[in-house]
Amino acid sequence: MRYLPKSPADREALLKAIGARSIDDLFAPIPAEYRLQRDLKVPRQMAESEIVDWYRERSRENGDGYATFLGAGAYYHYRPVIIDSLISRGEFLTAYTPYQAEISQGTLQSIFEFQTMICELTGMEVANASMYDGSTAAAEAVMMAVRLTGRRSVVIAHSLHPEYREVLATYAWHQGMPLSAAPFTSTGRIDLKALEESINSDTACVLIQSPNFFGTIEDVAAIADIAHKRGALLVVSIAEAVSLGIIEPPRQADIIAMEAQSFGVPLGFGGPYCGVIATREQFVRQMPGRLVGQTTDKTGKRGFVLTLATREQHIRREKATSNICTNQALVALMANIFMTIYGKVGLRELAKQNLAKAAYAAQQFGKHAKVLFPSAPRFNEFVVQTSEDPYAVNARLLGHKIVGGLPLKKFYPELGNAALWCCTEMTTRTSIDTAVAMVAEGERSVRAGKEPETQGVAR
Amino acid sequence: MKHMTRKATRHVNQNEGLIFEKSSAGKAAWKLPPLDVPEVDTAKLLGAAERKDLGNMPEVSEIEIIRHFTRLSTWNYAIDLGMYPLGSCTMKYNPRVNEVVARLDGLANGHPYQPEKISQGALRILKTLSDCLIEITGMDAITLQPAAGAHGELTGLLIVRAYHQAKGNPRKKVLIPDSAHGTNPATAAMVGYSVENLKSNPKGMVDVAALAAQMDEDVAALMLTNPNTLGVFEQEINKIAEIMHAKGGLLYMDGANMNALVGKVRPGDFGVDVMHLNLHKTFSTPHGGGGPGSGPVAVKQTLEPFLPKPVVITKPDGTLAFEYNRPMSVGRVRAFYGNFGMFVRALAYILANGPDGLRQTTEDAVLNTNYIRKGLDGIYDLPYSTPTMHEVVFSDKLQQKKGVKTGDIAKRLIDYGFHPYTVSFPLIVHGALMIEPTESESKEEMDLFIEAMKSIAEEVQEDPQMVLDAPHSTRVSRLDEVAAARKPVLRWKPAS
Repeated sequence: MRYLPKSPADREALLKAIGARSIDDLFAPIPAEYRLQRDLKVPRQMAESEIVDWYRERSRENGDGYATFLGAGAYYHYRPVIIDSLISRGEFLTAYTPYQAEISQGTLQSIFEFQTMICELTGMEVANASMYDGSTAAAEAVMMAVRLTGRRSVVIAHSLHPEYREVLATYAWHQGMPLSAAPFTSTGRIDLKALEESINSDTACVLIQSPNFFGTIEDVAAIADIAHKRGALLVVSIAEAVSLGIIEPPRQADIIAMEAQSFGVPLGFGGPYCGVIATREQFVRQMPGRLVGQTTDKTGKRGFVLTLATREQHIRREKATSNICTNQALVALMANIFMTIYGKVGLRELAKQNLAKAAYAAQQFGKHAKVLFPSAPRFNEFVVQTSEDPYAVNARLLGHKIVGGLPLKKFYPELGNAALWCCTEMTTRTSIDTAVAMVAEGERSVRAGKEPETQGVAR
Repeated sequence: MKHMTRKATRHVNQNEGLIFEKSSAGKAAWKLPPLDVPEVDTAKLLGAAERKDLGNMPEVSEIEIIRHFTRLSTWNYAIDLGMYPLGSCTMKYNPRVNEVVARLDGLANGHPYQPEKISQGALRILKTLSDCLIEITGMDAITLQPAAGAHGELTGLLIVRAYHQAKGNPRKKVLIPDSAHGTNPATAAMVGYSVENLKSNPKGMVDVAALAAQMDEDVAALMLTNPNTLGVFEQEINKIAEIMHAKGGLLYMDGANMNALVGKVRPGDFGVDVMHLNLHKTFSTPHGGGGPGSGPVAVKQTLEPFLPKPVVITKPDGTLAFEYNRPMSVGRVRAFYGNFGMFVRALAYILANGPDGLRQTTEDAVLNTNYIRKGLDGIYDLPYSTPTMHEVVFSDKLQQKKGVKTGDIAKRLIDYGFHPYTVSFPLIVHGALMIEPTESESKEEMDLFIEAMKSIAEEVQEDPQMVLDAPHSTRVSRLDEVAAARKPVLRWKPAS
């Protein structure tokens, strides 16, 4: 086996040194009746070339070469090539969690820079080293708010990513955290009056997303006022990190739970991604996850260490702020390098291109179908309502090697034939025009009273 | 240094500031293509929501970024540089083909919501990996959704709770041995269970009589690591499972130490009801400086209805699909389907090994550990003489007499060119040195390690202060962690 650095003679020498007759001696502690006397039924050992071929085949079966209008918490942005050059260095790739600070300064300093840039972008005072993803970061942020306020219940915007809501429900299930929903209005924004009525003296926090699941930017200041007036905290989830380049960050929030996938992390069929929690300095001791702090060595030289570990499971065990241990360090490094590449000016220009593409697309779709929630500002996503089933539109579009917007029936049946479309800097005008033509074709056919031609509806 | 160390010498180490200290207005490492749609008036579109300024975000060029991170990287120790004997962390070789296949376009750019019709490649990977892991663990069903080991524990205990709930009583407590990882009790607390500690016997194993006495109908599960954190296989595992099952409890296995078992014995065969795996330990996905991990949870058939949703199913026409209609499910524990990129890598590792390679891997891991144990026994105190599998735990009892503790020996090991072992864990051994070489070490590398540890033991006798002041060869000397925690500086700020 090519990964194992031993010859048969080496193995014999080791056994001899140990004083064992055969390798079986070393497995004697396992009761004989449980020892496996056969080969595992897994595929036979493969050559590297065979492995690469097998995966190339899987890659071809997986939408390779399709343009996409999908967003909804996972965004297709360009990844500058130096991200992979740098994270492929064995010193980053094959290092452990930086507990031994003297030989982990590379990882530690890069996390410190990551924390700094997340603070700059979110307007918060402290940020952690990462969480699993945006959904679990939101759930952990809510639990943090519960600890901070001593209150139990949570009000969640119905315009929060539906899968984030599901994760939160799972986490809340056994913790006695009652959850209630705050609806959205015809603007796509949260219903402020309903929100006000749903907050009571037991509400630990209000959790919203901005830009929300429909791409609409919430009036964070107004929501914060309502929450704070009743002693509740405001937690804001940000799923599309590139929005921070041109959208004012939710500075009025108490905790921000982010998904940094947009910052140079491949779509990768849903993961690994990079969650982050950012908050105010006064709340840092209730924050979950790892934190890197600056300090000095014996000679006064600047250095970095993992700090405030008394919050964490390996010290506090059942009294820890969270059970989180391994997080997303290498993915955070991707995000870190991405933020460094685009920086102060590039991130704004990148966000502006996203804004322009989505604005053009929404305007074009609007000529033939109904673009919902037109009055509030949005970033790079919007909802289009058609007369035709969006699955049918998408089936035709797939023939052009384009993946259409996400049909919303599963998550928001009340919106009817609606789909969530996303445009990034990667979306071409040609793709937009093709998609708009398909929608227009469907609308014409429906008006003419006949079904457009569809070759099997893919769901 | 008593002997000249053979593995490492000092090397030139570039100084490098923070990236913010290199920034100046007008430098750029990015270039966007021309916009193919009309420009927009951002003020008109966004109004008050428009952001005007990005604060202190850096402005640097591409070569500066390459040099910055390359220099930082040289300050890290890594498996690629040498042995990384962290106990319970399983720091094995991370094969490079794993990285290549994970970056193939269709896999790296696959959107989690793209139609299943054009997701068959990803679904096939999920299915094949699931089948392999079920076979390896001897369990009946699996979810790949949890993002890390601790997240797998959370999922596993949610399943335990849902199972008991479905029988009418969620129960109140979870039993956890005193040798367990800190994540175990932290997880139990998150699922609303109180934690009851279980004392180890003098051999370092579960005290079966104590377990029988403590087990009652309030106990939902026992969270057992097997082999445990001493590297000791729980020989009375059948009795342990019987005691749990007799009172309706479940046996949860923390699979952190699965590297001792793959291909040799299957948890499903020795009575485990639910367990998690760490793909970033046993199945070679890179640790990456602390993640991403992946923590699949495998269960017996009775627990299958409670798995998180969605699960992968095979449709009558042979294609694969996600199944969401699972009324008994504990729900979702993460958006989308889990850390897919890690599934690609773990499966590539399994394919590279095959059944013979997986078994040989386990045998080599156990062989290496026992070789190190033999080499250091007597030089360092071995608190438990019970046979060990994939890791061995010594104590600093002999060195303590000179005022040198496990943490000091660990720091001195750095000067010899090694990453330290796991320090002060498990908690049942005072001053623990926990060593796990994995299968990835050659005899030569282990001989260097043993030689280094012996040399340090001599140094402790002759010049303890030198060991207390270690490391001497690193870029920074011991860092002031107390100051870091007392007045936390968690971000860079411009000089005002």
